[in-house]
Amino acid sequence: MRSKGRNRFIALCVAPAVILFFLFMVVPTLNVFRMSLFERGAYSPTETFVGMNNFKVLLKDPKFIASMQNTILLIVTVTIITFFFAIVFAAILTREKIHGQNFFRIVFYIPNILSIVVIAGIFSAIYKPDTTGMLNNIFSFFAGRDIEILWKTQPMVIVSIIIAMVWQAIGYYMVMYMASMAAVPVSLYESAGLDGAGRLTQFFQITLPLIWTNIRTTLTFFIISTINMAFLFVKSMVAPGMADVGLSFMYAQKDAGLYGYSMAAGVIIFLFSFLLSALVNKVTEREVLEM
Amino acid sequence: MKKMLSLLLASAMLLSLLAACGGAPAAQTNPPASDNPSSSQGADDPVESEKPAAPSGPIKLAALSSGYETTYPGMWKEVCDAFTAETGIEVQLTLEKNLEDVIGPSMQGGDYPDVVLCATGRGPALTENFIKDRQIADISDVLGMTIPGESAKVSDKVMADVLGTNATVPYGDGKTYLAPMFYAPCGLFYNAGLFAEKGWEIPKTWDEMWELGDKAKAEDIDLFTYPTTGYFDAFFYALMYSVGGPDFFNKATSYAEGVWDTPEGQQCFEIVNKLASYTAKVTPAQANETDFSQNQQLILDNKALFCPNGTWLPGEMAEAPRADGFEWGMCALPAAKDGGNGASYSFLEQIWIPSGAANIDAAKQFVAFMYSDKAVDIFLKGGAVQPVNGIVDKLEGDNKYFYSIYDNGANAVVGVFSPYTSTPGLGSNREEFFDPINGLISGSTTLEQWTSRFKEASDLMRENLLIK
Repeated sequence: MRSKGRNRFIALCVAPAVILFFLFMVVPTLNVFRMSLFERGAYSPTETFVGMNNFKVLLKDPKFIASMQNTILLIVTVTIITFFFAIVFAAILTREKIHGQNFFRIVFYIPNILSIVVIAGIFSAIYKPDTTGMLNNIFSFFAGRDIEILWKTQPMVIVSIIIAMVWQAIGYYMVMYMASMAAVPVSLYESAGLDGAGRLTQFFQITLPLIWTNIRTTLTFFIISTINMAFLFVKSMVAPGMADVGLSFMYAQKDAGLYGYSMAAGVIIFLFSFLLSALVNKVTEREVLEM
Repeated sequence: MKKMLSLLLASAMLLSLLAACGGAPAAQTNPPASDNPSSSQGADDPVESEKPAAPSGPIKLAALSSGYETTYPGMWKEVCDAFTAETGIEVQLTLEKNLEDVIGPSMQGGDYPDVVLCATGRGPALTENFIKDRQIADISDVLGMTIPGESAKVSDKVMADVLGTNATVPYGDGKTYLAPMFYAPCGLFYNAGLFAEKGWEIPKTWDEMWELGDKAKAEDIDLFTYPTTGYFDAFFYALMYSVGGPDFFNKATSYAEGVWDTPEGQQCFEIVNKLASYTAKVTPAQANETDFSQNQQLILDNKALFCPNGTWLPGEMAEAPRADGFEWGMCALPAAKDGGNGASYSFLEQIWIPSGAANIDAAKQFVAFMYSDKAVDIFLKGGAVQPVNGIVDKLEGDNKYFYSIYDNGANAVVGVFSPYTSTPGLGSNREEFFDPINGLISGSTTLEQWTSRFKEASDLMRENLLIK
């Protein structure tokens, strides 16, 4: 009897949360799927059922295809570069004795807490197209002549977005890896050192395998967040139509008065990110090592 | 059981996150209720109002906070207070720079403001969407209404030539759905001081324009720049008019078949293409929401000669550093051939009433009040000029000079591209026609690619015209 009462109490405690979660998370998600089968204006209450028509047109829309290509390009390049630098920096900051470790940790982390508007402002100064821009200025200094790269237009625009996104993401993941690297027992490194393993061997044979679970989890986070962040960066940093990504395409369709069509794009992006995360999870599967 | 419990706890965690994210915007969209303690429920309650004839209130006004409000902060509040003093109807004001983002979500939920000030031609296309979905109330009768506090009718005051175009009569049936609110001539802005110093003349034809471009290039000054591709709409309207006159303008804005293959259509393309080669190369790299003022700065720094814009530009750039002897000048687009007339587009902002509004009658009173002497004078303090008779005599300073652009023989161009039904795969006029111009300048789009997509899009727009 006592356990029955307890169960009821627990159910009562979690009920509000479950109901709200269902109302504000599950229902809207299902609604996205439902609305992708309809056509309706951005602010109009009337809707017409069009079946799979939105998807048929969408998969042939050259703008959607181009924006998904940009999305994939950003996911691949930004992920590889960010993870490489985040892991290397984390390894250096935890394993090597460097003065001002905490200072570097904070400096790297700061971009992550800045709002996207501030980041856009910072990069507007960095990417300024004449010689007063920071990057052009540095390049001019080393080249000994005036270099004026037009960062925010074709063909450099996608490179500019990659640089900004990597800059923004590195600190967060670096701090995460530093935390898990700190948990690796020092004795392992000591005994490896006695056996004659160099720093690089230690990194590949000890550090990387032991933080692998952490890398896998963050990789999934990262793919999903890159899809979202790419939208914010593209929207606030470059001219419309220059480097559209999946979500900015979706957003533009709503403004064009195609709510159902935009939801169809939402469904494809949802499924895409879901499948990609599952795929990455499967590919990176390894035997879990215990310390 | 344990598994179940952890699942529930996890969802609770997610929810608290969600609540934290969702709370803020909801609080923003609702204006504080404290402004009107008793009347919030009295919308349909006749007992509430003291004057029996007065329509019930309060009304909700959603207005775009533009450069005018920056020039004279509190302009809208003052107008709303004047309206309340005159009629006793309370006004709840939502004044935002990103108006569409603020009022959009609640409108999708069926909660509409009573009056909206938001022009066509903006990126989020709020007004266009309301036109397409026929969600705007017919306000033809407002023209015959007496302005609150005055004896004149609205139609006595509004300039006759701004009424009747598809900017206010979107369905071509003679019924007014959008009231003309502010108008501003658009043209090419330049540094008059630089022209005087160099002894250059303002070009009267495009041929003179190219000559000037070559002269300026010799001195390391580019002929042209633009803030963003969004500014090409006013530019292109004026260009079409100066090239082909009203007949071609009407055909082109209604996407007539083959209109772009006519000599006039081809000439429009050629001029834009040639202008692209005379445009400052940095322009597309700065033609975005964050950096567009850097392009405007090129004019102030004497790095470019002309920039298409509207009369709000000097106010917008008031704080910016500038070259010695800088003085704002504004001219119409040059004529297409010798002896022809230049043209300047008149940018018109509209005020309208959603058909789903709760207080349409009170909202109409408010729209009528916009043309009262009191309102006109308050708006003038912010540099906002309304299309009412005799307004030009009231202007002072820069505005007096800008609004005289039509006195020098330039044609006034009014009207917009005809609305079309939203079609998957077809973007807005700006996306299809003008966004690729960035590519023309950086070299990633060829003239052939631009014009062929331009024509293709124009054909699709014709097939989907709202009014055939």
